[in-house]
Amino acid sequence: MTTFITRRILQTLAVIVILSYVCFYLMSLMPGDPVDMMVASNPKITAEDVARLKSLYGLDQPVYKRYASWMGSIVQGDLGYSRTYRVPVQELMGPRLWNTFLLSAISLILSIAIAVPLGVLSALKPGSKTDYVVNLFSFGGISIPSFWLAIVLIILFAVKFPLLPAGGTQTIGAENMGFWADIKDRSIYLILPVLSLSIQQIGRFSRFTRSTMLEAMRNDFIRTARAKGLSRSTVIWQHGFRNALIPLITILALSFSGLFSGAILTETVFAYQGVGKLVYDSIIGNDYNVAMISFVISVSMVLLMNLVADILYGFADPRISYQ
Amino acid sequence: MSIQPLLEVKNLETTFRTKAGPVRAVNNVSYDIHKGQTLGIVGESGCGKSVTSYSLMRLIEHPGRVTGGQVLLNGRDILKLSEGAMEEVRGGEMAMIFQEPMTALNPVLTIGFQMDEQIMKHKKCSPKESKERAIEMLRLVGIPSPEERYNSYPHQLSGGMRQRAMIAMALSCDPTFLIADEPTTALDVTIQAQILELIQNLQEKLNMTVQFITHDLGVISEISDRVMVMYGGQTCEQADTSELFLNPSHPYTAALIASRPKFGERVQRLTTIEGSVPAPFELPKGCPFVNRCSRVKSECAGTKPPLIEIRPGHKVACFNPL
Repeated sequence: MTTFITRRILQTLAVIVILSYVCFYLMSLMPGDPVDMMVASNPKITAEDVARLKSLYGLDQPVYKRYASWMGSIVQGDLGYSRTYRVPVQELMGPRLWNTFLLSAISLILSIAIAVPLGVLSALKPGSKTDYVVNLFSFGGISIPSFWLAIVLIILFAVKFPLLPAGGTQTIGAENMGFWADIKDRSIYLILPVLSLSIQQIGRFSRFTRSTMLEAMRNDFIRTARAKGLSRSTVIWQHGFRNALIPLITILALSFSGLFSGAILTETVFAYQGVGKLVYDSIIGNDYNVAMISFVISVSMVLLMNLVADILYGFADPRISYQ
Repeated sequence: MSIQPLLEVKNLETTFRTKAGPVRAVNNVSYDIHKGQTLGIVGESGCGKSVTSYSLMRLIEHPGRVTGGQVLLNGRDILKLSEGAMEEVRGGEMAMIFQEPMTALNPVLTIGFQMDEQIMKHKKCSPKESKERAIEMLRLVGIPSPEERYNSYPHQLSGGMRQRAMIAMALSCDPTFLIADEPTTALDVTIQAQILELIQNLQEKLNMTVQFITHDLGVISEISDRVMVMYGGQTCEQADTSELFLNPSHPYTAALIASRPKFGERVQRLTTIEGSVPAPFELPKGCPFVNRCSRVKSECAGTKPPLIEIRPGHKVACFNPL
């Protein structure tokens, strides 16, 4: 097991390096660089100035050399400087990442807590009224575009019945009013974005849970368990769900990898200060450092969660062994 | 025999609700099994023999339902029990072994865990006592080093060993009545013989009553005291084993026996029964075997032949028995 994990971590690191190079290269293919943009906004800069600035920032170097020096400073903990916001990337992204994490984690946990029991419930009586209602809700959740749902939620709960703020992350100054007041304030701002993200995720997860659970309950050993005289709930959870869990781990683990990537649409509609909009702006605005860091974070999370899923398989399914 | 049979099945009827209308998978089936005896149920796939067994255990799933009849186990109608009381009967008084030892055990739980679940439920004992009981049972069914196997997962055992574990599990709570649903079908022949012998030995040792389901006449002749032949969800014939093999009276039974390949005999073509089992939703109105029967008479198509005792203990449902 330990050798398996070490090997997988080394593989993961190698993949991160390769993928970050690919991203770096793709960024460099975009027309223009920061100095070109500077020229565009300041016609007084001469050609010599441009050449001097380009060599000063290393922009005249080939891509692999620029990548090497970028990687070198990342390893030393220097994430660089945001061109558009004029602050170090850490300072810019830290709070944004935290906001995004809060939003995604809460909606993910909420969705799982609601979707898994719903999926199991509808799998137990396929074709029943409960099943139809759950399916209707699930397909609705999957099909409704999230930005539209977000707008409807704003119209309903912020405009028609002004119960909740229409957007934003927190009330200015609320963080100075004490720990609990801060939490309360942030929660109020989170309700609508969490709702709009969750409804979609609940749809997806409950459909998936339903199908894996249906499959699990069709196994012969379910009949054996019933023939042993076990109670219905033991049969469902201990024997059925325990087996449905194995495919469920994959989709849940991969959903967790989106924790720091941000939901661009939801964050934009609710003017939520998350990382999603920031990443979008940084790509459009040629803000290399910000874009690259978020790429690396996204890639690492996907790889990390795959590793977590693989390790969890080992616990969930004794037929898989990592000897 | 005047003593009360251990199991009495009276006019059992199991119906599945389908889009094409209700399908009667078990139709008016009645039989008794006396204590310590073995009843073999034979028939082709789809004749209702497994559904009959699941009906006794009340394991019929939606859209199926037992729609009529009585199942008296020690004089008590178990079809009338509450679900909670039925859970006590299942795996306690009445246990079942299944066909596929590969899939009938839960792959993610150890053999020990799966045995303990049942033992602790029915014997209401401590985990330690339960473990002792489980290991004792594994030893009884001839599993080598039962202490280790207790912690094994099903995939770590061979097919034969899994079926032994399955039997150990079924017998762990001293059932008086055991249903064996084709327990040897998925095993190769040498293992089959071992498992049959094991079931017979344990039956004697534990004084169990057994209902043995198979489509293999050889197995039936070896293991059962009485035989019931089923076709299209109905009983064709019931008799003591030797009587049935010597004097088959229903044309279907006779045809089944005739279609067995005989050892040492080389033939161009094996004897078969022409045609195939009718689908349960297109059963003929009269005798279900009417389309394939070589002794068919005019009344066979219109009315169902009643089950009549033609010799003591030998019952046949046929208008024109052999």
